[in-house]
Amino acid sequence: MIEIGLGHYLSLGAIIFFLGVIGIFLNRKNVIVILMSIELILLAVNINLISFSIFSGDIVGQVFTMLILTVAAAEAAIGLAIIVIYYRNRGSIRVEDIHGMKG
Amino acid sequence: MIAHSIFFYFFSIIAIFSSLMVITSRSTVNSVFFLILDFISVGCLFIMVGAEFLGMILLIVYVGAVAVLFLFVVMMLNVAEQKQSWFIGKKSNHLPSGLIISVLILLELLVVVGGWKYKEDLMSSSTLILSDVSNTHQLGLVMYTDYILYFQLAGIILLLSMIGAILLTFRKRTGVKRQSYFKQISRNPSSAIELKDVESNKGVKIND
Repeated sequence: MIEIGLGHYLSLGAIIFFLGVIGIFLNRKNVIVILMSIELILLAVNINLISFSIFSGDIVGQVFTMLILTVAAAEAAIGLAIIVIYYRNRGSIRVEDIHGMKG
Repeated sequence: MIAHSIFFYFFSIIAIFSSLMVITSRSTVNSVFFLILDFISVGCLFIMVGAEFLGMILLIVYVGAVAVLFLFVVMMLNVAEQKQSWFIGKKSNHLPSGLIISVLILLELLVVVGGWKYKEDLMSSSTLILSDVSNTHQLGLVMYTDYILYFQLAGIILLLSMIGAILLTFRKRTGVKRQSYFKQISRNPSSAIELKDVESNKGVKIND
């Protein structure tokens, strides 16, 4: 309990990942919160990669964390651009109003 | 060691609480603020565990750029009238399956923690962390040599996302006078200047 090991960091990553996944399903407000849940999931993945990298003494996990940060930033930019043009065309980004694909 | 565990529990409790608030918060602006708090506390955890460079990158790039981009979009789209909490509005009809799947994911990830305890032999690697150079130095030694192609690929992804975001949000407005570089450059004196002989006491009529 006092000694902080790899398991503590992995548990933190698992809980944040879980909260991100639940945020996607629970959300009835707007699509931006779904994008933020995806950011939470990517953050949990980063926590896992960095803790494995530190505790097994291998730097490559941090290199891949950099790549995940890059992809997450690109995804946020493109996703927010899509949301902006969707709002401009339809006037609403509520989740229940978005059913153009009958999903 | 005791300080390490105290700081770990402090930052991780803040991280879990703020990620809980991100998904349940009443207004979207509050969600973005809690997302920023989450990034900051996880960045502090990264710095604490020894990955200083990535912790600072998380603070600078994520809090400084991505989270503020979220904030811009939330304030620009005027979603204030849509503030309605998830437990008041119409319930999603795929909520039960989503809950089951998320709980299963959590359990599977926690099982990994238990299984890792009994794994003694780690895979040997050629990129072990040296103890005499700093984290940033070590990351640079690996990233610019062995992983240079991945690094360049990350740059191309960023370039493509920039082009994509500009192209998606670009729109041609009607009724706006725009500067046309081609028309501007291809003017010459014969098409731009017109000489007229003005008779005395008559004046000249100008047609635009």
